Amino acid sequence: MAGATTAGRAHVPSASSRHFLRLSATPGQIALALGIIVFLALFLIVPVGTVIYVAFTEKGTGEFTLVNFLDFARTDLFIRSFWNSVYVSAMSVVVASVFALPLAYITTRFEFRGAMLIQTLGFLPLIMPPFVGAVAMLLLFGRNGTVNLLLDEWFGIKIPFMEGLNGVIFVQAVHYFPFILINLSAALRNIDRSMEEAAQNLGSSGFRLFRRIVFPLAMPGYIAGASLVFVKVFDDLATPLLLNVKDMLAPQAYLRVTSIGIADPMGYVISVVLICMSVLAMWISARAMRGKDYATVQRGGGGLAKRRMRPWESVLAYAAVLLILLLVLAPHIGLLLLSFATIWSFSPLPDAFTLAHYGRVFGESFVYVKNTLLYASIAGLIDVVLGTAIAYLVLRTKLIGREWLDWAATAALAIPGVVLGIGYLRTFYGVQLPDGTPLATLWITIVLALAIRRLPYALRACYAALQQISVSLEEAAENLGATKVRTVRRVVLPLMAGGILAGFVTSFATAAVELSATLMLVQSNADAPLAYGLYVFMQSAAGRGPGAALGVIAVLLVAVCTFASHMIIEKSQKAKGAGR
Amino acid sequence: MNQPFPISELGASAVDVDIRNIGLSYGTNHVLKGITLHIRPGEFFAFLGPSGCGKTTLLRLIAGFNEADGGEVLIGGQDVSHLPPWKRDVGMVFQSYALWPHMTVRRNVSFGLEERKVPRAEVDRRVAAALELVGLAHLADRRPSQLSGGQQQRVAVARTIAIEPKVLLLDEPLSNLDAKMRVQVRRELRDLQQRLGLTTIFVTHDQEEANTICDRIAVMNDGVVQQVGTPMELYEKPANLFVANFLGTANILPGRVVREGGQRFFDIDGGVRVPIPAHVVVPEGAKLVFRPQHASLTRGGAGDVLLPGTIVHSEFLGSTLRYVVRIGAAEVSIDTPFHSGETLHQTGSAVEVSLSLRSVLWLAI
Ligand SMILES: Nc1ncnc2c1ncn2[C@@H]1O[C@H](COP(=O)(O)OP(=O)(O)O)[C@@H](O)[C@H]1O
Ligand SMILES: [Mg+2]
Repeated sequence: MAGATTAGRAHVPSASSRHFLRLSATPGQIALALGIIVFLALFLIVPVGTVIYVAFTEKGTGEFTLVNFLDFARTDLFIRSFWNSVYVSAMSVVVASVFALPLAYITTRFEFRGAMLIQTLGFLPLIMPPFVGAVAMLLLFGRNGTVNLLLDEWFGIKIPFMEGLNGVIFVQAVHYFPFILINLSAALRNIDRSMEEAAQNLGSSGFRLFRRIVFPLAMPGYIAGASLVFVKVFDDLATPLLLNVKDMLAPQAYLRVTSIGIADPMGYVISVVLICMSVLAMWISARAMRGKDYATVQRGGGGLAKRRMRPWESVLAYAAVLLILLLVLAPHIGLLLLSFATIWSFSPLPDAFTLAHYGRVFGESFVYVKNTLLYASIAGLIDVVLGTAIAYLVLRTKLIGREWLDWAATAALAIPGVVLGIGYLRTFYGVQLPDGTPLATLWITIVLALAIRRLPYALRACYAALQQISVSLEEAAENLGATKVRTVRRVVLPLMAGGILAGFVTSFATAAVELSATLMLVQSNADAPLAYGLYVFMQSAAGRGPGAALGVIAVLLVAVCTFASHMIIEKSQKAKGAGR
Repeated sequence: MNQPFPISELGASAVDVDIRNIGLSYGTNHVLKGITLHIRPGEFFAFLGPSGCGKTTLLRLIAGFNEADGGEVLIGGQDVSHLPPWKRDVGMVFQSYALWPHMTVRRNVSFGLEERKVPRAEVDRRVAAALELVGLAHLADRRPSQLSGGQQQRVAVARTIAIEPKVLLLDEPLSNLDAKMRVQVRRELRDLQQRLGLTTIFVTHDQEEANTICDRIAVMNDGVVQQVGTPMELYEKPANLFVANFLGTANILPGRVVREGGQRFFDIDGGVRVPIPAHVVVPEGAKLVFRPQHASLTRGGAGDVLLPGTIVHSEFLGSTLRYVVRIGAAEVSIDTPFHSGETLHQTGSAVEVSLSLRSVLWLAI
């Protein structure tokens, strides 16, 4: 569209047209933009549009109707599922905050040995799919799990950590609290120490100072993290299913489509409700953040003053941190034990240990690992290519309507995985290859779904990387005779490398453990990624051992990749710093 | 005239600040070395020195944000060395202003009073008075981000004086303002301080700022107080080469003292000889120091010495002409008043510099 306008005016020979040309873009840039538009349209806008369209039309005739939504509102199960989802998401935010607040506060505000370690460990839960942790949590915190067995023996009580919705809340909070930890820590670190000192200077101290100055300034960061947790929990499908909780919205959408059929409108109605809730949560968070960019670190300032703790404070802080770390790392610990356990049931610890599960996994389940590496790498690659291209077009060209690319790509944030999965099924089932196989059954659709889901994160990383490069560096290259394309290749891309790699890692690591979208799209075991294999294993009691072994492998895989790329980024950053 | 803080109310209670033998190090970096200063009640006092010399560190120490390794700070006779910042009653205006972005101007200003549990009506009255004083009453409900740099600075001042502190500390309060605002705001600060009669310490690296608004200045370098005095004292009688150089331009000619037939001479390196007047004390290893306006290129009166030199540069500065002249091995600056129609000495031409020996300083360090 933008291209047509430009071409139409380009041949008018006047001064203003030359001016206009300069404001517009080169043919190459226009072609790039068109390519991105086509990709986003095909794999994001059309599938989601289809879901919404089906929800609002009558089955068979295709006429507009609200009957489907009326049915939704009249069905007890759906209404109960809706409120359960809201309750579980809200409570997960609360519990996650209980984990995250002390960790963020202690590590950013005090001289605390191991602060770096805690911040790093805090990331760990994110690299394991929450439903994998769920099984380990059952064994540790379930009715007959380690903790309750011990509690029963010592005090004669049991705590229903994992009963019904509690279990979902607990598992989700443990899994997603890093989002709050990361955002809140960043917000706390962005408060200049003079903010706090000014308050002390005017007579404020202790908890009052925290409540009146530090907390309000960190609030936007907290809300950003909290709304993210809310949306993620609301959209998650596998954890409730694995804990045998069916009356929540996302599981209902999945169950409708998989058990009743792809033509049943209810799955689509629920999808629209899921989208609305996502958009609502993001809108609330955006409203809360508006005009509140409180990053106040001044030049030369180093964030909040870190103060030394008194001995008793130290003891208290270490105790709290240890307890929380133990809790949030419980899934990993449990999984590790389970992967080596012969039998682990009705006892605090496994009966005996074995390597058999790993043997079995390496023998017959290695295809999952291979698939995951393949899918996540391709998805990550697609994301950084798109992310870099969009960032470049938005930040460095005058292409008309370029912000729309950014908005469209970012809109994927609001689309729950299960919705995207349903959309792909519906849209691409009808599209057939020459030999008659539906497009939706090819493994490449899984990759595309993963790429679309992770694009917003990679895009932000590329965006940030490009923003940090001064335009004058490019102008210098052009001034010395490099064309736009060569400038991008020789100056922009090398300088962005760190950011691009960071974007790739985020996409790769999270795509490797993603299940909501793929659960719907996997057609055969041979095409299944790790997360799917885990899900299948974890559903049967006999599969838990090998499942755990597979889970440990998944965690190690993602951790090693993330760590390696982190090292590469550090190194390239250092080399660049030395070059200056 | 509406005067919210009657001078009598505050001026009478102005306190002195006594800094005794303060030392402070960060690791092996000795930032403050035995600082001793006495700041009189109601005085506008400056810490002046190059960046990194420890001014901010000393100011923060008075406010209680740094702990000294040794020595003490007394405010109004009370030793505050071990009081936390929130119990000291010294108001500090931060270089970055440190206005809280989540509060309106009014809430920023009322903060300190609320912390002191001042009754609501009293808080409102004093906030209004403080904002009135800095001329921002009409912007009370704005956020700091909606104000200009100069306005933010005034809010920071209002926030601090609202608590009626014993001492006002200003850390480079003008450095974030543009040149024109700086002149205006520094006058406002001076007026305000005069009206309140508040003991005030002002940190700056800009000698002009310190000279124009302060009663007395402590010149600091490398964690040591070099000299304390009024701006004029410092200019006319600098205690050492650092002070001479830091306040205004100084010509410094190295050389050595020689005796011949009961008369002392100063042989400037490079071969020019100057007689030393009989009564003058010249310390060991001293250098000859004089200001650009204490020499001229026209023959002066009796008691002046004539030094042969060569013009290296000439600069037209408006009311004066500045010549850079090579004398011996050194180059000196000489300012002469500019009269219209006057012709400049050409670069490279030989001149005679007439130096008034009465104005010459002999400084060893
Ligand atoms: N928190 C700190 N830790 C270590 N060194 C510091 C710290 N603050 C200041 N310094 C050092 O102390 C010296 C004096 O700093 P400062 O008082 O800020 O100087 P000024 O305000 O005169 O420019 C500098 O060398 C600075 O590097
Ligand atoms: Mg300073």
